[in-house]
Amino acid sequence: MKFLCIPCDHVMEFVERQLPGDGTLAAVFACGKCQREMALLTNPMETQFVSSMGIKIGGREVPTQPMEVTRTSLEGGSDAAFRPSPSAGSSPGAVEWSPDAVERLQRVPSFVRGMVKRIYTDYAREREIRVLTPEVMDTARSELGLEGM
Amino acid sequence: MRKFRTYNQVDHDTGSELLEQVLDQRARLSQRLSSVGTIVAIASGKGGVGKSAVTANLAVTLASRGHAVGVVDADLNGPSLARMLGVTGQSLEDGEDGVVPAAGAAGVSVISMELFQEGADAPLRWKEPSSDTFLWQSSMETTALREFLGDVAWGVLDFLLVDVPPGTDKIRRLLELVPNLPVALMVATPSEMSRAVVARSLRMVREAEVPEVGIVANMTEYVCPACGHEEPIFTGNGVERLSSESGVSIWGRIPFDPHLAVSTDRGAPWVLEDPNGPAAQAFDALAERVEGARNPRAERVP
Repeated sequence: MKFLCIPCDHVMEFVERQLPGDGTLAAVFACGKCQREMALLTNPMETQFVSSMGIKIGGREVPTQPMEVTRTSLEGGSDAAFRPSPSAGSSPGAVEWSPDAVERLQRVPSFVRGMVKRIYTDYAREREIRVLTPEVMDTARSELGLEGM
Repeated sequence: MRKFRTYNQVDHDTGSELLEQVLDQRARLSQRLSSVGTIVAIASGKGGVGKSAVTANLAVTLASRGHAVGVVDADLNGPSLARMLGVTGQSLEDGEDGVVPAAGAAGVSVISMELFQEGADAPLRWKEPSSDTFLWQSSMETTALREFLGDVAWGVLDFLLVDVPPGTDKIRRLLELVPNLPVALMVATPSEMSRAVVARSLRMVREAEVPEVGIVANMTEYVCPACGHEEPIFTGNGVERLSSESGVSIWGRIPFDPHLAVSTDRGAPWVLEDPNGPAAQAFDALAERVEGARNPRAERVP
């Protein structure tokens, strides 16, 4: 998928992606020459079609997680399906979770909890944050575009 | 008509990173499967021929012969291998390197949609939107199968068996994900109807140039447990005709044994319960044939 600014004969480049929360998606592209912007708007079916392939327009903020599409898209996933690894958190540079952050993590459905925990942990580790707090989670969620996590 | 450049005339990257992500998915899948010695698709095209029972019993037979074996239940809508291999209700460890598969009978590693769903009777449903599901559902199921193959920490395996659900399109789906599929077993019963349907799937895997293809004749005869007398269950010679018309040899003949169905249904494959019986011997012979078809193209990464 490419967008060409015909007057400039210039390929428009991806600028930003927005998820309004109603199942639709908006992706903004801009011409680097004339600065004209255009928005690609997809309906829920089109959005789901792209999502079902496990890809995101504009790229990913966080690395792909194991079983990501199955976890986030399966209706009625079992809460008992996953259990944390016994070695989780024991690796060098381990990130400590504050009690408040643990409590907040517990509110995430267990079907996706392991994946969410890994995303936040990786975020903290990469920034050398030793203690993961709800405030760090808020910042990460905003920076990584993790609405609903 | 105005003239402007078309897709293939534009080589500048747009930054949407769609192609890059697809290529990355393929690379991760390839990397994961590089530690698998031989992938064996067990398919039929037809339902009700005992494909999943063949998969479960072949898996434990190979494991009993000293191999590291994994099983992918590619039947996302009608999964049964978790039950057949005794892992129903097992939680999967969320490992650093991927989801750790369930450990089933004889140490066989298992991944099945049944392990992710709430309730044994839960139909496979994906989240919204509910309209036009036919347009994206196939894509979703292909992605789920890709995750089953590529996001599971299989470790080093000698064999990874993939139980492919009925329908030639399902075989095609697997071939898209594993284009170098080395071995395909086509399960058929001796009935004429089975022959006609399985022939279509057989043609597809042969056109895909799968190097090793064999037919497994299931439920060939009933063996009397008292006197050992063999009695055919189906009239006709559909499997022989399938073999002669396609030029594909018959790798195994599995006799019908009611115990096999009963024990497999309760998660204890019959080949372990009665290792010297006719069915177990038939699976042993099939396993030996499968061992002889190891993938010559893939070197297992230790």
